[in-house]
Amino acid sequence: MWRSGSWWLTLALLLGAGLSPVITGSATLREDMFLILMLITLASSLNILLGYTGYVNFGHIVFFGLGGYIGFYLMHRHGWSLWPATVAAGLATAALAFALGMIILRLRGAYFALATIGINEAVRAFVANFEPFGGATGMSLNFAVYQAYGGAARALWLAYGALLALALITVGISFAVKHSKFGLGLMAIREDEDAALVLGVRGPQVKTLAYALSALFPGMVGVLFFFKNGNIEPGDAFRLHLSIETLVMVMLGGQGTVWGPILGAALYERLRGYLLTSPLFKNLHLAFAGALLLMIILFVPAGFIGWLRARFPVVRRVVV
Amino acid sequence: MNLLEIHGVSKRFGGLQALNRVSLQVAEGEILGLIGPNGAGKTTLFNVINGVYRPEEGRVIFRSQDITGRPPYEIARLGIARAYQIVRPLNELTVLENVMVGACFGRESRSLREAREIALAVLEQVGLIGKRDVEAARLNVAEKKRLELARALAARPYLLLLDEVLAGLNPTEVALMLEVIRSIRASGITILMIEHLMHAIMNISDRIVVLDYGEVIAEGTPQEIAHHPKVVEAYLGDPRLSQRLLEGNGG
Repeated sequence: MWRSGSWWLTLALLLGAGLSPVITGSATLREDMFLILMLITLASSLNILLGYTGYVNFGHIVFFGLGGYIGFYLMHRHGWSLWPATVAAGLATAALAFALGMIILRLRGAYFALATIGINEAVRAFVANFEPFGGATGMSLNFAVYQAYGGAARALWLAYGALLALALITVGISFAVKHSKFGLGLMAIREDEDAALVLGVRGPQVKTLAYALSALFPGMVGVLFFFKNGNIEPGDAFRLHLSIETLVMVMLGGQGTVWGPILGAALYERLRGYLLTSPLFKNLHLAFAGALLLMIILFVPAGFIGWLRARFPVVRRVVV
Repeated sequence: MNLLEIHGVSKRFGGLQALNRVSLQVAEGEILGLIGPNGAGKTTLFNVINGVYRPEEGRVIFRSQDITGRPPYEIARLGIARAYQIVRPLNELTVLENVMVGACFGRESRSLREAREIALAVLEQVGLIGKRDVEAARLNVAEKKRLELARALAARPYLLLLDEVLAGLNPTEVALMLEVIRSIRASGITILMIEHLMHAIMNISDRIVVLDYGEVIAEGTPQEIAHHPKVVEAYLGDPRLSQRLLEGNGG
């Protein structure tokens, strides 16, 4: 990985884009980039399960929401600082995925996908009735909390910096997994799970690990997002349509590639931003997402990066 | 010494008795042919050996270790590899990556870098080296069959299960494949193979076991099997056919 030109190129591009708001000091640019980096992290982590392992997960966002809640709870009720709360929330969602994975990863194909929707709805219902998490109304951070980080304005920059680091780590892990023995096992499962088992791939274990790894990052992103947001409630935390939009991003850019989710997240965010601000389409952006997904599956199932790699084999060494 | 011993294995699917108290031994270093009419239970027996199915009765002993009912990936790591009758390439991975999967997760559990070296050597052995960077989906049938074999070999197994690797090949390709199988045996790997191509299996096997309706009906050298009255009756139907098989014209 450290000798791969492709990795350094990925790192340089992401770092360049990520640092642009810091250099210009523009808060607007920072807000735009916050959203893009968040979507990149969500899409790249989903890709570990969807793209590498071939398991469609409609409930990816459950880890984002639950991580947000756990981090928020630790900061709000127990006075934890942002950093340990972020790490703790990520570890908690990964542990939950590990436990869930041992049960639901016995399912394949559509059954697994359905189970993931069930999990999202079950967790949302649980949280909405769980008093320590504030029940249906959620929790709000006292504005004074931001003083510990040198005021609200600085806290926002800090959250942004943490997100940038997290996005880089997520993409780095995605790259490392793709080029590892673990990743080869995952891709073997994606192509033909029964054949992979007979070849010696420890199916149950590697699938569960992939699921836990893909749940670690959204859990951490959730904390940063809701810390910046200042409040959290069930409706915001467990938006099923955000799960589906994340799927669209991965499919658009190219599932199973490192660059696909990055490109897909950036493109989709721009597209959504345009649609939401256009008077004509502002209520239709989800319809567009649906239509887009349909078109991708019908015409470019490999996504943009996949198409590029298939069409121009020369670029394969760089475009991963 | 026996590498693999199967003791009284039975497997039912609903009302169908796919295997009925099947017992057989595979000696270290031999090529044992497994033949029988369609539906005799040959592939089911393979599935029991490598852990895809758990038998209702009986034991599978591999290298003096009871492996009955263990999951397929554990059995693979103990040193049993398999090439499928219906090829199952990992379509979107390259030929090289396919074979690396075998080396990475097989008996020796190699690192990615070592697996690459092993995979290249095996691809050379089966004659697919020129196609190493091609996606597996783009190979033709004969190449896919060789890929199956390469993937199984890269695991460095003690025992290789070959399920009709000659089916669907033309005579030239069959001859090439038989050469490859002989070279595999020469490298010290024991082979248990299912084959419908009679002249081929009669020529290459040291011993042959015949299954019919889930039961072993005969066992012996190719000569003995070809003249065995039960085999002639139950499987070949025509007694004169056996003579032609031994002369290498049948099939």
